[in-house]
Amino acid sequence: MSDIFNCEIIKKSQCFEYTDLMISAPEIAEKCRPGQFLHIDCGKGTTLRRPISICEVAGTCVRVVFQVKGKGTKALSECEEGGSISVLGPLGNGFDFSGERVLLIGGGLGVFPLLQAAKTAGKNSVAILGFRSADAVYLKEDFEKYCREVYISTDDGTAGEKGFVTDIQKRIICGFDLVMTCGPDIMMKNVSAVCRDNDINCQVSLEERMGCGTGVCLCCTRTVMRGGEPDNLCVCKEGPVFDSREVYF
Amino acid sequence: MNTAVEICGVKLKNPVTVASGTFGFGREINEFFPIKELGAVAVKGLTLEKRLGNVSPRICETPSGIMNSVGLQNPGIETFLREELPFLKAEGVPVIANINGSCIEDYVRIAGIAAKSDVDFIELNISCPNVRCGGAAFGQDEKTVEKITREVKAECGEKPLIVKLSPNVTDIRVMALAAEKNGADALSLINTVMGMKIDLKTKKPFFENKVAGLSGAAVHPIAVRMVYQVRTVTSLPIIGMGGIMCAEDAIELMMAGANAVAVGTATLINPYSARDIKNELVRYMSDNGISDIAEIICAAHK
Repeated sequence: MSDIFNCEIIKKSQCFEYTDLMISAPEIAEKCRPGQFLHIDCGKGTTLRRPISICEVAGTCVRVVFQVKGKGTKALSECEEGGSISVLGPLGNGFDFSGERVLLIGGGLGVFPLLQAAKTAGKNSVAILGFRSADAVYLKEDFEKYCREVYISTDDGTAGEKGFVTDIQKRIICGFDLVMTCGPDIMMKNVSAVCRDNDINCQVSLEERMGCGTGVCLCCTRTVMRGGEPDNLCVCKEGPVFDSREVYF
Repeated sequence: MNTAVEICGVKLKNPVTVASGTFGFGREINEFFPIKELGAVAVKGLTLEKRLGNVSPRICETPSGIMNSVGLQNPGIETFLREELPFLKAEGVPVIANINGSCIEDYVRIAGIAAKSDVDFIELNISCPNVRCGGAAFGQDEKTVEKITREVKAECGEKPLIVKLSPNVTDIRVMALAAEKNGADALSLINTVMGMKIDLKTKKPFFENKVAGLSGAAVHPIAVRMVYQVRTVTSLPIIGMGGIMCAEDAIELMMAGANAVAVGTATLINPYSARDIKNELVRYMSDNGISDIAEIICAAHK
């Protein structure tokens, strides 16, 4: 059950183009699942809340990391430690941990929601984190705390391996029985294809322009195949996590 | 203190309802508060057959508002009646069935189906700007409003017919009278105001349907003006809506002539909005020594 909470900003840091917030949210921290998100009132003349994925739960606090993409995230990035924000959440379905050996594949901002999943999946899990370049690499050390192994790939080769996350995925996929992925659509499409070729279950965390966050406005829909026919389902309520075989990329 | 209002013989325990398309079929918001606290619930716009709606993106933010282009995604009226209406009836809240079609024959057929169900009101939506066929086109021409109201009313049986008017017209009073003369039992206004956004990167309209519906605080003064204007020409019950974000906005619309109000966009920002506005309305009455909601309704015309 989600609700609206006024959450104090305990800690704020900025690195590269990312804003990293630790907010006090005991009720959310207690019940949220990896892959769920928060719908945050960014203030400063914005109308709608902005959906930001939960990065990590730390005691009674929840950590969110985001990049400024527009007016809302810009306003939120200007919040101050000690201030408070209105948070609706936790929302969405989250990942389903129905596998023993989990491979986490994140690209860009899609890396962030996978951290709590790595924590939950434990030491059997491996992460492949893809970024544009070395300066964009973030949370590597955090993933290393929870995963057996962490691979980095960058578009320009300035950190880790040069190339795509799928290059690494193809090489190591054999040892896993579940893939969780979040990132640009084209990346998730390719990750899903590799999983399909290897007959491995894959869960994708989707993003869409969102209104309510609760499933009443039907604005954030994605077309998925469910029950034998295509349907438009709300990313906020039926997702954000879907079985990759259901999704039309 | 009396907060109850009667619309076409149906008693609403208070005048706060919700606007179609901002409340789903009530289940999600019922997780936040008991929806029976509201005067009535208008459900997501229904069509004869299931509709998948428009392609994404379907929403964007505007100064003090939003634009949407959902395109009437819904499971079809039969599925609604079978799988959603029993829940709403069990919760004990009056139900407004918002009906849509791409031709008059569709509206007539869906009205006939709704008339035989347990819904409390039929709301004829001739003002949706987000569908290519039908929708707002029916609400923008006086002769069409007359014809569609007359033909749909003939199918409604005992069910009260609310005609939902479009603000995208030169003179909304003309459309209100056209609806009234042809059997409308009540009016609801306003639907969203037609707008457009251009994507600077692609240099093309942001929404695939090009136009979209503007709602939220930005349209509230338009709603107040139109409710006031319509009230000068008709004594039909009016459900006023358009950018109600707080109780004061609701009271303004009621003073302008609305017998009940509908909260819309505010629910997208805060799922508790409709209940909060209802509670604030009660507090306003108590703070101002108002013993009956009727003292507020049409106050600006006295």
